[in-house]
Amino acid sequence: MADRAELFVFWLFAIPLVASALGVVVARNPVNAAMSLVAAFFFLAGIYVLLVAHLVAFLQVLVYAGAIMVVFLFVIMLLSLHEEDLKPARLKAIQWAAVFGGFGVLAVLATAIRDSGILHWKTVAPDFGTVRAVGRLLFTQYLLPFEATSLLLLVAIVGAVVVAKERI
Amino acid sequence: MAAANHYLALAALLFTIGLVGVVVKRNILVVFMCVELMLNAANLTFLAFARHQGSMNGHAIAFFVIAVAAAEAAVGLAIVIAVFRTRGTLWMDEVSSLKN
Repeated sequence: MADRAELFVFWLFAIPLVASALGVVVARNPVNAAMSLVAAFFFLAGIYVLLVAHLVAFLQVLVYAGAIMVVFLFVIMLLSLHEEDLKPARLKAIQWAAVFGGFGVLAVLATAIRDSGILHWKTVAPDFGTVRAVGRLLFTQYLLPFEATSLLLLVAIVGAVVVAKERI
Repeated sequence: MAAANHYLALAALLFTIGLVGVVVKRNILVVFMCVELMLNAANLTFLAFARHQGSMNGHAIAFFVIAVAAAEAAVGLAIVIAVFRTRGTLWMDEVSSLKN
C-alpha cells in the first residue's frame, strides 16, 4: 500500500517534471524557458522529498529556483533581446546527428538501468537526510571539500565581477 | 514496486532532454539552462543511489553539485554579458572567432 502511494506521488511529480523540462528545450522565448526551468526545479524538489533528501530538496528550492534562476532572469531582462534572437533555430545536419547521439545515450542508460535488476530501498535511519545528519557529515567527513567550496564561490564572485564589469 | 529504477530512469530522461537542448539550442542562455538541467539529472541519480544504499554520502555530493552550479551560473552569465557587450548577440553561431 505504501509502495503504491509512493509510486502515485512519484508520477504526480515526474510527469509535470518531464513536461516542463521539455518546455525548456521547446520554448522559443528565453523567458518562457526560464519559467519552465523554475517549474522543473520545484517538481524535482518534490521528487527529492520522496527520496528522503529533505535538506537537498530545501536547497533545491532556495538556491536553484530562488537564487540561480533569479540571476538568469536578471540577465535575460538586462540583455533586452531583439526579434532576430528569437528566431527558430535551423538545425544543421551535424545537429540532427547530435540529437540522434543524445537518444543513443538514453538507450544506453535505459539498458543499463534495466539490466541492473530491481534496486530495492534499504530501510534508513529516522534522521536520514535531515539538516542535522547531513550537516554532521559535511563538517566531519567532507570538511575539506566544504572549505574548498567556499573558496570556489569566492573565486566565482570575484571572477564574475571582473568579467562582467566594463571598467574596474 | 517502489525501487530506485524509476528514479534512475527519470534522471536518464532528464539528462537526455538537457543534452539534446545543449546541442540543438543556439541561444547561449538557453544552452546554459539545459546544462543546469543535466546537473540536476546527475543530482537525482546521486540521491536515488543514496536512498538505495542507505548512506548519506550522496546527499553531501548533491550539496557540492548545487554549490558548483551556483558558481558556474555566476561566471557563465558574466561571460554571456561580456560577449553580448562586445558582439551584440546571444547567437552561438556568430561567436566563432576562435574557430578561424
